[in-house]
Amino acid sequence: MDAFLISITVFVLAVFVGFEVITKIPSTLHTPLMSGSNAISGITIVGALVAAGSGANEAAKYLGLGAVVLATVNVVGGFLITNRMLAMFRRKK
Amino acid sequence: MDSNLINAAYLVAAVLFILGLKGLTSPRTAVRGNTLGAMGMLLAMVATLVDKQIVSFELIALGIAIGSVIGIIWAVKVQMTAMPQLVAAFNGFGGGASALVAGAAALMPGAIAGVPAIQVHVSSTLSAFIGAATLSGSLIAWAKLQGLLYWQPRGFAIRLCSTGSALVGVALGAWYVIHNEALWAFAALSVAALVYGLLLTVAVGGADMPVIIALLNSCSGLAAAATGFVLGNNVLIISGSLVGASGFILTQIMCKAMNRSLWDVLSGDLGEAAARNPQEDVYSGRTKSTSPEEVALLFETARIVTVVPGYGMAVAQAQHAVRDFANLLEARGAEVRYAIHPVAGRMPGHMNVLLAEADVPYDRLYDMDTVNPLFAETDVAIILGANDVVNPAARDEPGSPIYGMPILEVDKSQIVVVVKRSLSPGFAGIPNLLFTRNNTLMLFSDAKQAMQDVSREIREL
Repeated sequence: MDAFLISITVFVLAVFVGFEVITKIPSTLHTPLMSGSNAISGITIVGALVAAGSGANEAAKYLGLGAVVLATVNVVGGFLITNRMLAMFRRKK
Repeated sequence: MDSNLINAAYLVAAVLFILGLKGLTSPRTAVRGNTLGAMGMLLAMVATLVDKQIVSFELIALGIAIGSVIGIIWAVKVQMTAMPQLVAAFNGFGGGASALVAGAAALMPGAIAGVPAIQVHVSSTLSAFIGAATLSGSLIAWAKLQGLLYWQPRGFAIRLCSTGSALVGVALGAWYVIHNEALWAFAALSVAALVYGLLLTVAVGGADMPVIIALLNSCSGLAAAATGFVLGNNVLIISGSLVGASGFILTQIMCKAMNRSLWDVLSGDLGEAAARNPQEDVYSGRTKSTSPEEVALLFETARIVTVVPGYGMAVAQAQHAVRDFANLLEARGAEVRYAIHPVAGRMPGHMNVLLAEADVPYDRLYDMDTVNPLFAETDVAIILGANDVVNPAARDEPGSPIYGMPILEVDKSQIVVVVKRSLSPGFAGIPNLLFTRNNTLMLFSDAKQAMQDVSREIREL
């Protein structure tokens, strides 16, 4: 099986997993789910690191730097704010 | 390091993301879920950094340092009332990062080992398009929520322009896929996508914001998944599609709660009926205005009180005043419930976040389906800056533009107190029949001021 087919397979299966995992979600968690999943979408940082660090192309390095900055804000800020919100939900239980 | 080991680390990271998302769907496991997600991210980053592909670390260190400082300060300092803006902005950053990575990949074709050239080109086109549109769309949403942008063009012209920019983007993308050396086409398609995201979001306003934020959330995931195809990296594909799916589910929940299709929301289309019914005729002489003293007297005998918060509570930052008011009633033996409409506010779950900030226990928060049968036993329902979501026209008037939208059936309570600054219509631009009901009293005031005034009067009873 060539690389593309493998990638497509992974993609389709992951979409199904996503729909299965998030079936029922209480409205209290709508915002934390959004900010938490948004932090996870910061996974694009993996690509940003490669672009900024591979040194193959001068211009690509600087696009990579921009991507690292944006993705890091996304990841660090996203997980932190989710945690802050969840701590609010939890403290009077 | 051995690439098998790195791929194994990526697999573990992907599993952590799945478990993390699963955790975030239940209040008991949400904190753990978030932590698992963060661990997965750390693992994926470390695995990437030890990979032999990376030869220089200066820019990486710089980028991570800048990003961390911004992210930490923003997340720690932000007011809970500003949460919709923050979520919108973060969605945009994720999309923007994916678009930049796609751009970098376009500049160094062949540097990506093991991925067929055609796959790199097609998927970097997709990633740039979705990512750039997510970035500009999110920034527009951010500016609107921040109160910096009020422009909301609607109608055919804007739809034509946004569709046009999308088509131009697709044509440029196709050109780039065929002529790989045409980097100008790649740059131009990114610009077209930025324009598309801008035009698409600028037509969306006010009460439709929860839909667009959830949609942008989904898109930031899809952009990451497309980047995964560019790099042939499964952890990106998996996590991107998980986020895409979760955002899409939220989008659907929001659309359903407004009885509107995604298409209607995106085109800013609210039906044409709104203008037909001048509200002066509807309201004239049929609304009853009240004062804080009178409202306080109502609570002397009320046993069950239901608070219905809306965007007005967020604007007035009234959540703490609401909590004080509820404490007062509870001390007098009443039961206070909060009825939350799924699209109340400007993002999914907005009211829940604000009330949680004010220390309202979340078992007092009732969602629409649970609370609607309970209004019949409610003595006083107090509406704080909510409008369309309590309009009985959605249930009773087949000709109404919002007919069919699920509402909170507050009119079934003994007495309804509507706290509102004026009789101005809500986002749908239509009169609210609730205001003319016999059992409805209007308290014209800012939500926070009203809660403080009523609380003061209750103390003096």
